[in-house]
Amino acid sequence: MKIVACINHVPDTETKVKVGADGKTIDPAGVNYMLNPYDEYAVEAGLKLKEQYGGETIALSLGPDANKETLRKALAMGVDKALLIKDDSVRDSLSLARAIAEELREMKPDCVLFGKQSIDYYDEQVPGLVAEFLGYPSVSVAVKLEAKDGNVTCDREIEGGHEVVETSFPVVISAQKGLNAPRYPSLKGIMAAKTKPIEERQAKPFPSGVEVLGISKPPAKSAGKIVGTDASAVPELVRLLQEEAKVI
Amino acid sequence: MNIIAFAEQRDGKFKKFAHETVQAARKAADALGGTMTAVVIGKNVSAIAPGLGAYGAARVIAVEDDRLEFYSTTAYSKAFSDVVSREAPGAVFFPASQMGKDLAPRVSARLGAALAPDCTAIRAEGGDLIATRPVYAGKALAEVKVTTPVKMFSLRPNVFTATAADGAQAAVETVKPELGENDFASKVTSVKVSEGRPDVTEAGIVVSGGRGLKAPENFKLIEDLADVLGAAVGASRAVVDAGWRPHDEQVGQTGKTVSPSLYIACAISGAVQHLAGMSSSKYIVAVNKDKDAPIFQIADYGIVGDVFDVLPALTGELKKTLGK
Ligand SMILES: Cc1cc2nc3c(=O)[nH]c(=O)nc-3n(C[C@H](O)[C@H](O)[C@H](O)COP(=O)(O)OP(=O)(O)OC[C@H]3O[C@@H](n4cnc5c(N)ncnc54)[C@H](O)[C@@H]3O)c2cc1C
Ligand SMILES: Nc1ncnc2c1ncn2[C@@H]1O[C@H](COP(=O)(O)O)[C@@H](O)[C@H]1O
Repeated sequence: MKIVACINHVPDTETKVKVGADGKTIDPAGVNYMLNPYDEYAVEAGLKLKEQYGGETIALSLGPDANKETLRKALAMGVDKALLIKDDSVRDSLSLARAIAEELREMKPDCVLFGKQSIDYYDEQVPGLVAEFLGYPSVSVAVKLEAKDGNVTCDREIEGGHEVVETSFPVVISAQKGLNAPRYPSLKGIMAAKTKPIEERQAKPFPSGVEVLGISKPPAKSAGKIVGTDASAVPELVRLLQEEAKVI
Repeated sequence: MNIIAFAEQRDGKFKKFAHETVQAARKAADALGGTMTAVVIGKNVSAIAPGLGAYGAARVIAVEDDRLEFYSTTAYSKAFSDVVSREAPGAVFFPASQMGKDLAPRVSARLGAALAPDCTAIRAEGGDLIATRPVYAGKALAEVKVTTPVKMFSLRPNVFTATAADGAQAAVETVKPELGENDFASKVTSVKVSEGRPDVTEAGIVVSGGRGLKAPENFKLIEDLADVLGAAVGASRAVVDAGWRPHDEQVGQTGKTVSPSLYIACAISGAVQHLAGMSSSKYIVAVNKDKDAPIFQIADYGIVGDVFDVLPALTGELKKTLGK
């Protein structure tokens, strides 16, 4: 089975966001990057499928050279190959997904795994877009994945419960926290990942469909009222919630 | 500009965010001098469709098929895209719900229509729509414009208002979708509903607990408070990772994004990753014994105190005032 995990390289969650000089992107100074957290579940799911079916696992990332760092993390976790689709431009999800689908179409994978969402732009779009471009069925926000022969059964998270989805390979799946427990790279894996080659191809250009007019810091919220320091403050809190905030 | 709104229903009932989507689309269409049509998909949905009139839909297209009783990514994408192609609107509004977020990208790819996801505001300007959306975990807001011929937006639940007007009934057109076996390449075979409290993303009030509760059984204090308020229970990642609470309760950057009208954070420090998921709540209450906990910087009301003391008192007081 040919299994591809698409992974993204995103600012780490502690990043202090400063608006860049162009007013449209963030100031990259001092920003540390990491493997998008949800994509670790995707890589783990890929490794598990290979354990079950045999075959090959490939980590794919689209972006600048810096994304190699994230690809090395996937190699250290145990994927067989890494592929950088090199691109230095800023793209929207539609254009990004078109470029990824273009590569995948030639690779003809049986399963393409994604994280549920990138934690930079929170788009939650690339998996569904890629699936549609490939003509594959898809399951998003999967918290359980069971494969038997050619069939796939997933639980996907919905409001107040789960949907049980039945589909078959080839398929696109996006991973939610809870799908599995991503393995830690072994020391041997980390050492090996340092020297494994990363294949590179140039990304095809596609126009963006979303234009960022500007980004700004959200209006600073002023710290609120400290109502008290023990349970005696409770009646006043309840009054404020009823009369001032009018939320209960 | 004419607008289509995807009105999500499950089990023959419209979701609250379906009403929000329809009303936001109505307002945007009015501002741009266009029409607004709501679309509902499912089994026997023409029966519930007239009710959308109260939220501003004069016309509803009900796409009906017994095979659409449960959601199917592939079948819904085809059925909805077909309606959109036929109607040729300038914009399509979705809720940024679990169904909307699954459906929208597939429709986007089918129609070559780009999507601005999870918007918290949409305004009409110069004949176009400009959306505001939180990025980088809510640490920045982006203003975006969609430049493809058909523009798509998904709306963060609980942010847009939905108020029902009396009496208005929508005119309903029922259509049968063209769906073959291939269009059901993925299908939902059953839905497991979690019993009891509402989901964190849908609830008007969320009561969340963190590591300061010290042990899983102490979440009883959170549950009791949630129950008097009819609220959902949320959790910080620290307690989810510790296995005290299920991960679908996790609020934050790697959990759910919530915007209830009231969020009560109990014994949660307020790490940036937690704030990422709840800072768009309308009112925030924090109970924490550390006066320097970062959660107080975004809380509207705070009690610097011990949860084991404050929560039972709060639950008791609310029982009294709310007459329960
Ligand atoms: C990549 C990444 C993603 C993350 N994603 C998320 C996420 O989605 N959601 C999330 O929540 N976190 C997330 N985190 C973790 C986050 O950084 C914090 O570690 C976590 O939110 C802390 O949880 P907590 O507030 O419950 O615990 P703590 O930070 O330990 O805080 C406990 C609080 O309880 C208070 N307290 C203790 N006892 C009492 C008492 N008796 N009465 C009153 N107050 C008391 C303490 O003063 C303290 O403020 C993420 C971290 C990373 C690195
Ligand atoms: N530049 C990228 N390269 C490879 N995969 C990506 C990239 N951006 C997003 N993805 C994948 O798509 C998922 C959803 O991302 P998004 O739609 O951006 O929220 C991520 O979790 C990744 O698995």
